[in-house]
Amino acid sequence: MSSLVAVAPPQEIAPARRWRDPLPGFGLTLGWSLAWLGLIVLLPLSALVIRAADLGWDGWAQILSSTRVQRALWLSFSTALLAASIATVIGGLIAWVLVRYEFPGRRVLDAMVDLPFALPTAVAGIALTALYSGNGWLGQYLEPLGITVAQTPVGIVLALVFIGLPFAVRTVQPLLETATRELEEAAATLGASRWTIVRRVVFPPLLPALITGFSLAFARGVGEYGSVIFIAGNIPFVSEIAPLLIVIKLEEFDYAGATGVATLMLLISFVLLLAISWVQKRVSR
Amino acid sequence: MDLHLQSLRKQFGATVALHDVDLDVRSGELVALLGPSGSGKTTLLRAIAGLLPVDSGRILFGARDATGVSLRDRRVGFVFQHYALFRHLDVFENIAFGLRSRPRRERPAPAEISRRVNELLARVQLADLGSRLPDQLSGGQRQRVALARAMAIDPTLLLLDEPFGALDAKVRVELRRWLRQIHDDTGYTTLFVTHDQEEAMELADRVVVLNRGRIEQVGTPDEIYRRPVSSFVFDFIGRGAQIAGHARDGRFTPQGSDVMLPIPERVRIDGPALLSVRPHDLQIVGPDAGGLRGRIRQLRTLAGRTTLDVEMAGPGVTLEVDLASDQIGDLQPQGEWIHLAPTHASWFPAGRS
Repeated sequence: MSSLVAVAPPQEIAPARRWRDPLPGFGLTLGWSLAWLGLIVLLPLSALVIRAADLGWDGWAQILSSTRVQRALWLSFSTALLAASIATVIGGLIAWVLVRYEFPGRRVLDAMVDLPFALPTAVAGIALTALYSGNGWLGQYLEPLGITVAQTPVGIVLALVFIGLPFAVRTVQPLLETATRELEEAAATLGASRWTIVRRVVFPPLLPALITGFSLAFARGVGEYGSVIFIAGNIPFVSEIAPLLIVIKLEEFDYAGATGVATLMLLISFVLLLAISWVQKRVSR
Repeated sequence: MDLHLQSLRKQFGATVALHDVDLDVRSGELVALLGPSGSGKTTLLRAIAGLLPVDSGRILFGARDATGVSLRDRRVGFVFQHYALFRHLDVFENIAFGLRSRPRRERPAPAEISRRVNELLARVQLADLGSRLPDQLSGGQRQRVALARAMAIDPTLLLLDEPFGALDAKVRVELRRWLRQIHDDTGYTTLFVTHDQEEAMELADRVVVLNRGRIEQVGTPDEIYRRPVSSFVFDFIGRGAQIAGHARDGRFTPQGSDVMLPIPERVRIDGPALLSVRPHDLQIVGPDAGGLRGRIRQLRTLAGRTTLDVEMAGPGVTLEVDLASDQIGDLQPQGEWIHLAPTHASWFPAGRS
């Protein structure tokens, strides 16, 4: 360089160009996503809400004050929450076993996890009823012990755990597979006990996935109909779930009443799922 | 604390990873375990840490037999090659992990934990980064967190597995010096694994050269470099060439040549042998001095040193010769015949790698 004095290069007037995101297709993909969501999810749902508006104030008051409706909604949501919790614990454990240990029949067990997805849920309901009814294979031994499964909320929870299990397993499994042994070894060299390692090293990264599995299992459980009606016995105020109540109202040509209950379910589900996703955001920072 | 390994043996199926390894490490020493991949160096380190059970032999921490002691109770600080930081915990909590994981009775008070962690953060020059998550750190910073975490438990030994393996060259050299500094300040007995001989030679008090599950040689970097005990060690450490030939009555004759080079008295060797010589241990001699005859293939000069590639007349081996530039006189860069005599060399029996 001949001179150290910097000479400003001739100013080029750059045309004002919009900065473009290097990841292409945002506008297009978002447009299509919204279109499909609107068509497939939002439109039917809004039809439901509009239909429920036919009820008027009196109709709504009647539904909300109906003990049968209240009991059914309580039953549906409480059993779904309980079942999702159980499914998450068992499912997490199954995923752990499937990923962490090598044993004969592992592949078969792995494949079996998806069976509740493939089976028509009514078949599951019939199978469970055959097992747990008063004279069923297991029921005949449980009954004398004072444990009644069929025709009680216990049966409902059982059916919902069965249905929700694959969600819990499949959401945690991939995460466990990427987890390295090294972290546990590191914790052990630092003096952590096995329990501390599980609690402070293994578990926290899995928590978001466990919550996802939980919310999927829960959502699936709230809407579940086929498997439950066989084992529940459907006794009003005791073992009658909200989806069944909707069907009953439909069969009585009480369309407005049916959509009313459905709208309530929708609302509660939405609020609960929103809450779950908020919790999830909190734990995964 | 000093460390003693007595005939440690470890086998994976049919492969013997450690062949009856014996080693004594003095308290406060910084020792490198050096070897090519598959030499058993990492296996040895993991065995000392208790991450891997040994088949037989004893591991002594001072006078205490640690062979059957569990990983948790050995209290070794282990730094993993890929750091193994807890991604969901910030830097502070990563370092505090060992202290917080102690049984309630032995656990320091929160204020004490906080004091110790801050002290370590300052020591590894990360005082401002305590609240960062590991994902927000550079490789070198993660490495320092891993070291601080290992030191937090006041370990009996510090073990590092390829501590600089995942870093780029510049950071690596800086961290090397820095680690030496930390070691001198803290005085922990430290063993580290590396496949990089330069790293081992520069950093360690003593170097343990491993090959196929056996210790080939233990010594200071200078001993290892100047007086390798085997052809393998010579070849693995530093540059140099090996010439096959025959030793008889204190004389060495390269293959396909009639030159007789004198072998020093202390070396007792007879039969097929390898002459091993470093580039800077060769000098140019006159034609009558009985040196190795060769022809210059290439001549490179850089920063006052001149490197010659000389193709030997007999065995066809190319010798690298490193000379001060003012010693070469007016050599022709190519094709000139010269004679070389080693000023320092090693001889090994041939036929054993």
